[in-house]
Amino acid sequence: MAYDKFKILNSSAVPLNIDNVDTDQIIPARFLKATERKGFGDNLFRDWRYNSDDSKVESFPLNNSIYKGKILVAGKNFGCGSSREHAVWAIYDYGFRAVVSSFFADIFKNNCLNIGVLPIQVSDSFLEEIFLEIERDSTSTFEIDLEDQEFRVLSSNKNEKFNISAYKKSNMSNGFDDIDYLINKKDKISAFSNKTRY
Amino acid sequence: MGKTLFDKVWDSHVIEKIDDGPDVLFIDKHFIHEVTSPVAFVGLKNRNLKVMYPERTFATADHNTPTTNQHLPIKDRLSALQVKTLEKNCNEHGINFWGLGHKKNGIVHVIGPENGITQPGLTIVCGDSHTSTHGAFGAIAFGIGTSEVEMVLACQTIMQQKPMKMRINVNGELSPNVTPKDVAIYIISKLSSSGATGYFVEYAGSVFENMSMEGRMTVCNLSIEMGARGGMIAPDEKTLEYIKGREYAPKNSEWDKAIKYWSTLKTDEDGIFDKEYNFNGEEIEPMITYGTNPGMAIPISKSIPKAKKSESKSSYQKALDYMEFNEGDKMIGKKIDYVFLGSCTNGRIEDFRTFASLIKGRKKSNSVNAWLVPGSHKVLKSIRDEGILDILTQSGFKLREPGCSACLAMNDDKIPKGKYAVSTTNRNFEGRQGPGARTLLASPLVAAATAITGQITDPRDII
Ligand code: SF4
Repeated sequence: MAYDKFKILNSSAVPLNIDNVDTDQIIPARFLKATERKGFGDNLFRDWRYNSDDSKVESFPLNNSIYKGKILVAGKNFGCGSSREHAVWAIYDYGFRAVVSSFFADIFKNNCLNIGVLPIQVSDSFLEEIFLEIERDSTSTFEIDLEDQEFRVLSSNKNEKFNISAYKKSNMSNGFDDIDYLINKKDKISAFSNKTRY
Repeated sequence: MGKTLFDKVWDSHVIEKIDDGPDVLFIDKHFIHEVTSPVAFVGLKNRNLKVMYPERTFATADHNTPTTNQHLPIKDRLSALQVKTLEKNCNEHGINFWGLGHKKNGIVHVIGPENGITQPGLTIVCGDSHTSTHGAFGAIAFGIGTSEVEMVLACQTIMQQKPMKMRINVNGELSPNVTPKDVAIYIISKLSSSGATGYFVEYAGSVFENMSMEGRMTVCNLSIEMGARGGMIAPDEKTLEYIKGREYAPKNSEWDKAIKYWSTLKTDEDGIFDKEYNFNGEEIEPMITYGTNPGMAIPISKSIPKAKKSESKSSYQKALDYMEFNEGDKMIGKKIDYVFLGSCTNGRIEDFRTFASLIKGRKKSNSVNAWLVPGSHKVLKSIRDEGILDILTQSGFKLREPGCSACLAMNDDKIPKGKYAVSTTNRNFEGRQGPGARTLLASPLVAAATAITGQITDPRDII
């Protein structure tokens, strides 16, 4: 049992309207030196959040107190680049439980699902709507309903369905991970490992 | 219905298919390193699990290790702790550990092939996205996250949705001084940095058939930079020749059986791809990047283009601002502060031969700092044995010790803020080579030409 169960999330959102955000930006390599999964949230988007003298970059959305919430809304091709799971740990540790974009990099998406951050892929036009809604009212609340696989803009009743496999959905809503599943399959695995392919 | 190379290898590793879920995939070989493995071992401990097949996992220290004075203790406290932790975990679980100074130590994707661990038809994973490198041998190889590292340690399997299939054909012949790196960057510039997301790529056509194994590794290595899970090339005579006799390669009757099986690993005539691209080798020139993702690349002789329709204007401008470049700027002649030869993309012996072939008899520019970092101890030894070190030294270059180095700048090898580096690595992301560093990706030949003149130089103008 690896993380909190995910059912319904009601929250305002933090906008990051930039395309191709890579995992080196989400967490720069120099912060990957830990041997435990602790404290990564402090360095989330480090080089965009802080100047080199450690003062805050005021214009960066995470430093803008009008934006709060457990949902991060980002431009397309979010999470490309390095496979570092530390990127998702940082997002989780900072307090986000869902990331919304119109397009995710593969490994990043897998990493999210493996630790209980819900990656929600929406259409380009719906993503635009969400950004506009946050711009209109930064406290606007969104609802993520995992059971119905729907993302809802509560103020306007504009909704969009999202995809998730039945397997991952059940994992997320029960807080299970893949190892919980795999350890019951060990006999099958060892039988397979003895098979030769040539 | 015919199968693709990818189907053949994937399907033969599926232990179980889950309805509306992933496949449970058996993993033949697993590489680990000091940065993405520690938390996986903590996970094992918390669950009270052992490593299921320790002999299938190989460990190296490469990501944060120093590239000078490797015989001394690592100065950086946290880096030292990560390497120590890896060693301790490996000892505890009986995993092969090739630490600093070990003669098989080096960058994870360099040492796998060079020790014969990487073979056709295998599934290979590692907590590093450039695991795609091993696909050059007709293996399915891809990067995974730390939760998945834990899965492989615990159960020798991972759960993955089968990706879609793409074939990229490059036919014709390459012009002189156009290298495998240029071919890869060319393809990424055409497809964009997300153009192959969701796909596994097979590279086919005469350009790849004529390429050396080292070159094929460079190409497969960069598959992830267009978003692909991985890339692969069907094994052929060259593949066998490369593997034969290496330490972990099959021997005697096992070898005979292996090559018989490997000869079946190719896409059937009627194998079906979800997407296919065709390019002409003659059209490819030496390439260079100008922005902050590998898709922002052009032929070196060209000027920086306008944003494409598919690109967001603000993201494009953000990239140019970071680089302090303008639309319409010519690339040739831009002043460069650093040149980096190395990484799992271009840190193999062939890359050092290529670099040396250009600088031979010339002098390094005084205004350039050049960091040359072999991909492994074996590469380092060949550099010495083949006389390449002498050529480098005579031209004013120094050689460092093996590791990832400035590819991700986790150790001390950081390009300073605002400086420009022509780099043979794989990522030009903001800050990738150090906070504020500006990276231009290119081939070892472009790197060599630039190191000689101190400005971006087309190798064809020198040779
Ligand atoms: S050289 Fe760079 S890309 Fe390759 S394994 Fe090391 S850090 Fe990763």
